[in-house]
Amino acid sequence: MQNADTTVDGDRIVAVQVTDLHKKFGELEVLKGVSLTAREGSVVSMIGASGSGKSTFLRCINFLEMPTQGQIEVTGEKVALDRHKDGDLHPADRKQLERIRTRLGMVFQSFNLWQHMTVLQNVIEAPVHVLGLPRAEAIERAEKLLHKVGLFDKRDQYPAFLSGGQQQRAAIARALCMEPKVMLFDEPTSALDPELVGEVLKVIRDLADEGRTMILVTHEMKFARSVSSHVIYLYKGVIEEEGPPSQVFGSPKSDRCRQFVSSAHA
Amino acid sequence: MAAKPGFPEILAFGPTGYGDELLWGAAMSISIALLAYSLGLIIGIIGALCKLDGSPLTRGIMEGYTTLVRAVPELILILILYYAGTATLNQLLESAGYETVAINGFVAAVLVLGFVQGAYSTEVLRAAIQAIPVGQMEAAKAYGMSPWLIFRRITLPSMLPYAIPGLANLWLIVTKDTALIAVVGYTELALATRQAAGNTKMYFTFFMVAGLIYLIITLISQKGFAILEKRVRRGQRKLA
Ligand SMILES: Nc1ncnc2c1ncn2[C@@H]1O[C@H](COP(=O)(O)OP(=O)(O)OP(=O)(O)O)[C@@H](O)[C@H]1O
Ligand SMILES: [Mg+2]
Repeated sequence: MQNADTTVDGDRIVAVQVTDLHKKFGELEVLKGVSLTAREGSVVSMIGASGSGKSTFLRCINFLEMPTQGQIEVTGEKVALDRHKDGDLHPADRKQLERIRTRLGMVFQSFNLWQHMTVLQNVIEAPVHVLGLPRAEAIERAEKLLHKVGLFDKRDQYPAFLSGGQQQRAAIARALCMEPKVMLFDEPTSALDPELVGEVLKVIRDLADEGRTMILVTHEMKFARSVSSHVIYLYKGVIEEEGPPSQVFGSPKSDRCRQFVSSAHA
Repeated sequence: MAAKPGFPEILAFGPTGYGDELLWGAAMSISIALLAYSLGLIIGIIGALCKLDGSPLTRGIMEGYTTLVRAVPELILILILYYAGTATLNQLLESAGYETVAINGFVAAVLVLGFVQGAYSTEVLRAAIQAIPVGQMEAAKAYGMSPWLIFRRITLPSMLPYAIPGLANLWLIVTKDTALIAVVGYTELALATRQAAGNTKMYFTFFMVAGLIYLIITLISQKGFAILEKRVRRGQRKLA
């Protein structure tokens, strides 16, 4: 149901549209109707206290978690959903799900690099086996990306032998190699030692400067403020405040939001 | 009549010695072990997957199967499966109007030992799959990999470091379990040894030689599994 009126606003296409997302774990409702629009080229950041549902929200976008209610549209394609016995909505068409997932480059808090593959093998794995890219072409693409994140000389190392910052940069290269439409970051620096945070944030900032569409869950307030085009403050599964970073960090309407950003030294 | 041959000559090949009989028995033992082990691995992979994400029914069946095999002594299982299996098969054939068949001892041995191995493999592989950090599979899903691709490219290789030690044990066990097949009269290494020993009354010599052959099989296997384990662990850091 792609329709120019719903997907285009001005000349900026909507890359990800999440509408009224609810998620329950048993009786516990973790998300209570969260909506988000990420236009092409924008960086949407999500902040909020631990347990407010940020990761759950991000994981629902690519169906690592199944939403209980709501709708998700990626680059104008609505994900067809079926209600299952467990009470949640599951993608109705596995092929569609897999296709949609290739457009969403997920970066995890704990990197999740495949431990039995070298850095280069990690980066080319999905491009070769999911997208069907010829191996030589995938390697060429991967080596360029590894240069970009400063890991070219580590390409034949196994992940366990890299520092956390290096692993996360490798994971970003792995996501980029799929040439996704949107990057999803789930607290990409919170598993890192403080002195390694900077090198990862720099890579993410470069991506933002290139005009990549990104949805970023983070506890790095200063970074979120400087890199985002739109910020969402989540409180107990509800959007308590959202707007441009100047508003959310500078003059929030909600007291809770003001308290949160001031205590987090934005 | 020639003089009774002594120690080394008795192991010669050809009509005067038992070397060829023993070697043939050893070859049979190894073949049975290899095939039963492979069958066990196939059953094990299916069993592990059924236990991990099968329906309640398949999970129940697998639970019953592994419990049964682990509860009953192997010798008894072999006798039950061999005699009951043969009888049932022949009854089926008869009632369907076919002629009865004599079950080939080799095939029966492979099937019976494979059935037993399958139960243990199921448990080794299930535990190994569960030991993989979930993030490994989540990352694969997140990049659009299909379930089969995830299994082949991620789950299977990631579980090997956890599975190899258990699988190595199972291999060593099956090489020796082949000796149990002697009870149904199939000539593998143990039975060949017993026959040679009985004929010559040189019990000590022959059983020592058989023990030595089992030892050699074990040593070579251990070396092989050590190399394999090192290879599948190459992405893991050693404890400092
Ligand atoms: N699989 C699950 N089963 C049950 N409850 C869960 C599950 N995953 C998350 N939760 C609960 O959902 C709530 C939101 O979790 P979530 O991980 O989304 O929070 P978060 O905002 O990302 O927090 P943090 O900043 O600590 O990462 C928490 O109360 C958590 O305990
Ligand atoms: Mg989180």
